[in-house]
Amino acid sequence: MIAALLVMAGLALVLGAILGFAAVRFKVQGDPLVDKIDAILPQTQCGQCGFPGCRPYANAIADGEADINQCPPGGDEGVRKLADLLGREYKPLNEEHGVEKPKAVAMIDEQTCIGCTLCIQACPVDAIVGAAKQMHTVVEADCTGCELCVAPCPVDCITMEPLSETVQNWKWKYPTIPIGKAA
Amino acid sequence: MLQKLFTFHGGVKPDSRKDASTCRPIRPLAMPAELVVPLHQSIGGTPRPLVRVGDRVLKGERIGAAEGPVSAAVHAPTSGTVKAVEERTMPHPSGLPASCVVIETDGEDRWIEREPVPWKSMKGDELRDFLRDAGIVGLGGATFPSHIKLRPATAPTHTLVLNGAECEPFITCDDMLMRERADEIVRGAGIMARMLAVERVLIGIEDNKPEAIAAMRAAVDGDIQVVAIPTLYPAGGEKQLLRVLTGVEVAAGRRPLDFGLQCFNVGTAYRVARAIDHAEPLISRIVTVAGNVEEPGNFEVLVGTPIDELLKAGRPRADTDRVLMGGPMMGFALPTTAAPVVKATNCVLAGSPSLLPPPPPEMACIRCGTCADHCPADLQPFELYWFGRSHNFGKAQEYHLFDCIECGCCSYVCPSHIPLVDYFRFTKSEIWARERERAAADIARERFEARNDRQEREKREKAERLAAKADATRKKLAETGAGDGAPPSPAEEAKKALIAAALERAKQQKSSVKARNTENLPADKQAEIDEIEARRARSERRTVEPPEPS
Repeated sequence: MIAALLVMAGLALVLGAILGFAAVRFKVQGDPLVDKIDAILPQTQCGQCGFPGCRPYANAIADGEADINQCPPGGDEGVRKLADLLGREYKPLNEEHGVEKPKAVAMIDEQTCIGCTLCIQACPVDAIVGAAKQMHTVVEADCTGCELCVAPCPVDCITMEPLSETVQNWKWKYPTIPIGKAA
Repeated sequence: MLQKLFTFHGGVKPDSRKDASTCRPIRPLAMPAELVVPLHQSIGGTPRPLVRVGDRVLKGERIGAAEGPVSAAVHAPTSGTVKAVEERTMPHPSGLPASCVVIETDGEDRWIEREPVPWKSMKGDELRDFLRDAGIVGLGGATFPSHIKLRPATAPTHTLVLNGAECEPFITCDDMLMRERADEIVRGAGIMARMLAVERVLIGIEDNKPEAIAAMRAAVDGDIQVVAIPTLYPAGGEKQLLRVLTGVEVAAGRRPLDFGLQCFNVGTAYRVARAIDHAEPLISRIVTVAGNVEEPGNFEVLVGTPIDELLKAGRPRADTDRVLMGGPMMGFALPTTAAPVVKATNCVLAGSPSLLPPPPPEMACIRCGTCADHCPADLQPFELYWFGRSHNFGKAQEYHLFDCIECGCCSYVCPSHIPLVDYFRFTKSEIWARERERAAADIARERFEARNDRQEREKREKAERLAAKADATRKKLAETGAGDGAPPSPAEEAKKALIAAALERAKQQKSSVKARNTENLPADKQAEIDEIEARRARSERRTVEPPEPS
């Protein structure tokens, strides 16, 4: 009886020690779920979800503070991916946060720009170059189309230009049969 | 010498229909009035234009310089004046425009000054840069810049393969090139073999081209070997040809160079020889005009020639309803024939309802597996089709969609007439678009984080700077406090004392100041002033006092 108790107690101690060691040795840094959510989000950093950037929104989703349908740039497909990842029910995009739009980039009218630097401070990805009283311009390749620079401009010289299709980024369309002929 | 040949999986045997266009020699084409030379004619970066509107250009003059690590230059195909540098419709399934240099030809066809290239004494990099600046790209269809493929790998390359298989129906441009210009192809092969330091050179030609095989055999000597391979579509695919000739199967995601092999089209070899021996950049190519035309044949066409004019030379029949660039298996319908001939154009095929009938309606996949039996890339097209149809792109990639060479064998054999390749092209471009988005998102994330870090740092640095400054002031105060002989007190008391002292000083200063013009006054003036002062004192007292009693 005593022997059995001792054996069990000993085993419990040894296994507990192993578990304790493993918990320290293989500790997972950060929250992997947040990373996974963040990878799905479009990284526009536009704040339309109500959080200051994609990462904070990912944190909020992981903590259950925010819903999965608050990201207009991610669109319907983004919501579906999040629903898949988190095992939640799909729901249409919440229109309070905005509607899905074709991807656009900001364009500064360089004739009108007065060089106030307000848009530079607003840009979340440092995609606007310029200096005080110097003309500003948008680095198109880095612009995420978040529209955060549009509001601060005191002379309204920033417009959002939808990205046009080029030979390089053109996509083959889904094969379809003309209805009139098939009938 | 007998060469042991191997086979690749699958393949089909469509009617080759090559005879019509091989009965005439290669003909030159009349000089068009206008040439539209697209800047982007190879895989990789778009060359930057070197000319402006109004510039005079000579034949062979560089008009676009290679940009980025993977790119090749473009040249003026004849002499003339640059009429515009603008967006023009490209020979591309999208029918979208891209930037082109439009040259108004002057009919003189005057060459730029040329010097023979001392290629044997040139260093490898010099020679490769020369080929890049001569605009040499692979003419088999992919237009990959050749100078990159001619860089020796870390592992030695032992075999150079020239691709003269030309397996697609109707197309005969390589066939005619081999028949008529075998010597220069062999010369180019020799140059490339030397650049890659290979042991042997194999030239693979399908056995339905006996004239080309004979011409090439007559031209070769030494280590170069012409091998007739069985006619089976797509024997001209790079991996398929290497498999047939060497038995090596180039694994998924690997390049032939990893296995000591390198493969070029015969047209590319010819162009390398022209570039080295005659300093002639890639400004023209042989293009087959075939299909629903009265006079099918091969033409030596300047890059930038409108496809319209080339087609006219073949005299299309009245019932031509569409024009394809490339063959019936892999080609695509041109949205407009106003688009120019580019380096990738190997064939212009006129179609009619009887010659290339529209595909019958698509029916449901019955999972018969015939497509998988004929796939030369060992894929399972029916699975890929299901994944593409259901937008299950991740799964399609898992099933090696990107090993698909879009040869069209699966669509050709499908009993349900499913345009499988269309689905694969759609799936591939969707995946590419997603990857582009993903890459852009990664950059945005990085930049956003960098910006946040910078803002944090700036805030911290500012706070530190302020704290340091405050510290310094406090220290200074403490020191000055000690100098006045005041007992050591807390900083606040020292501050208070300092303020009191400053107030005292100000008061003293105020009282010590006296108007200078009141000295040495006559008595009457002094009396007047005294009276005024007394009045002022009275009035001050009055204005201050009344509120008190009330």
